[in-house]
Amino acid sequence: MERELICICCPRGCHLKVDENLNVTGNFCPRGAAYGKQEVSNPTRVVTSSVRISHAELAMCPVKTKDPIPKGKIFDVMQSIINTHIEAPVHIGDVVIADVCGTGVDVVATRNMEKI
Amino acid sequence: MKTKDLVIIGGGSAGMAAAVAAYDKGIRDILILERNEFLGGILNQCIHNGFGLTLFKEELTGPEFASRLIEQIKERKIEYKLHTYVTNISHDKVVTYSNAKEGVVELQAKAIVMAAGCYERNAGAIGIPGDRPAGILTAGQAQLFLNEYGYLVGKRVFILGSGDIGLIMARRLTLEGAKVLGVAEICAWSNGLNRNMVQCLYDYNIPLYLSHTVSKIVGKSRLEKVIISKVDERMQPIPGTEMEFDCDTLVLSIGLVPNNDLLNNAGAAKGRSRGALVNENFETTIDGIFSCGNVLHVHDLVDNVAMEATVAGRSAADYILGNLKRGDKKIAVQAGDGIGYVVPGEIDLSSASEALEFKFRVRKPSKNVYIVYKFNGEVVKKVFKPVIIPSEMEIQKMPKSLLKNDQGTIEVSLVQKEE
Ligand SMILES: Cc1cc2nc3c(=O)[nH]c(=O)nc-3n(C[C@H](O)[C@H](O)[C@H](O)COP(=O)(O)OP(=O)(O)OC[C@H]3O[C@@H](n4cnc5c(N)ncnc54)[C@H](O)[C@@H]3O)c2cc1C
Ligand code: SF4
Repeated sequence: MERELICICCPRGCHLKVDENLNVTGNFCPRGAAYGKQEVSNPTRVVTSSVRISHAELAMCPVKTKDPIPKGKIFDVMQSIINTHIEAPVHIGDVVIADVCGTGVDVVATRNMEKI
Repeated sequence: MKTKDLVIIGGGSAGMAAAVAAYDKGIRDILILERNEFLGGILNQCIHNGFGLTLFKEELTGPEFASRLIEQIKERKIEYKLHTYVTNISHDKVVTYSNAKEGVVELQAKAIVMAAGCYERNAGAIGIPGDRPAGILTAGQAQLFLNEYGYLVGKRVFILGSGDIGLIMARRLTLEGAKVLGVAEICAWSNGLNRNMVQCLYDYNIPLYLSHTVSKIVGKSRLEKVIISKVDERMQPIPGTEMEFDCDTLVLSIGLVPNNDLLNNAGAAKGRSRGALVNENFETTIDGIFSCGNVLHVHDLVDNVAMEATVAGRSAADYILGNLKRGDKKIAVQAGDGIGYVVPGEIDLSSASEALEFKFRVRKPSKNVYIVYKFNGEVVKKVFKPVIIPSEMEIQKMPKSLLKNDQGTIEVSLVQKEE
């Protein structure tokens, strides 16, 4: 089945068509072809969110998946983030959830929050 | 009266980058005044990624970017006061601030860097007809509540305006379990980046209604529904095109405005960006007062904010050290056809560096155009752009040798390429 996409690699926003053999058309430059192939064969996203934190100055601590995860797992990963509650102190890069939903990717803190 | 060499108003990315740059040029008597309880400004609530690609060559989230700057402030032991609100700046650089500990304080500064950021246009700014129930708020407010305090602002949400913050909140709210029913945009094009259109709306099948606006708000105490209509060329709702959405929350993402009141009141001339008029050193029309970041013009990339603030901070240091050369001849910079504004608004060739930098936004998305620079009526530079859009600030450089006279006017305009 042919898929239609918009290339996000530059403001031109070419309308791409990707066929079942991963041939890309409609791209003005090679970056669009690479994006189209990746987006159809293995789309991934970095998920950013925040988790509840106790004994910190704020109620929430921002987090992200350290690397992109498969797009189809976004909602599972979010559920796991929503169910997580951590304690201050926490520092940038600290692992908040290891190997989230079996993706092999950790969820890490993105803000330093001291204990109060 | 107490004195300080350099007072910086606002501890966001612009204020911190300016402080670091001034320190590194030898200024030690620096004070940053910040009204919030943290340094970092708006970055603290922008928990999504996409920051820092130019400056740190890494894709960072907002808080991560902020923490890099905060570390630079702490390493240098630059003084800052939090929970401290600046209420006035005078023409002769007296800064008035207040906080719970000191009360109201007046401070004589040798130089000032204004870095107070921007604010969001709210419901009052656009006058939608209908009721005024609870449940209407700006995208930035929704972002702050959710990301820092953990409150989901509603369960069924409609978004007005396709600016990037609105798009990012559409995704955030969806991931947190709210139903985002759609986004209405009054322009015929989206005002967000492609990347945000794709990853925030298309990924979650959220419909975008272009050339549409909210024409009526309905609800007694809490919002119950919004009615949207298609608009004509004059942006007026067309009767008979109404669509109803049952929702408890309307999120507004209808534009950011420089928070420039303090400089206005001090008597600094205004520019077309709604910030102050500055020269190529980011000095306003008041000697020794500089402006940078979103208080000068609204940026889409924090990297550009930090780079601009670095120049402003260095210039402030030069001013304090008596090294800022200022001629009495000026070149005015004007936004011509198709261009919203240009920063800087004037250029002093005697103090300008070899490469002049122009930052501007076009008024609408355009293809196959030239950006044309005319100096005193003559074309001195032409840049071809296959695509140019209002949501991405354009930055172009020009060697100052192209300007053969130290007085006159440069006009930047957009000209369609003939087929
Ligand atoms: C919601 C949002 C999303 C964004 N997303 C991205 C993105 O994805 N990628 C990217 O690169 N850029 C993004 N940006 C752009 C970039 O992050 C900002 O433009 C930049 O951080 C602005 O920095 P600033 O220092 O000019 O303003 P701010 O960060 O707003 O800092 C201004 C500071 O001044 C303080 N202040 C104001 N008035 C006073 C006063 N009277 N007294 C004392 N203090 C005062 C404020 O409290 C604030 O801390 C986004 C911007 C916004 C608004
Ligand atoms: S294909 Fe190339 S030109 Fe087209 S949007 Fe992608 S990066 Fe830009």
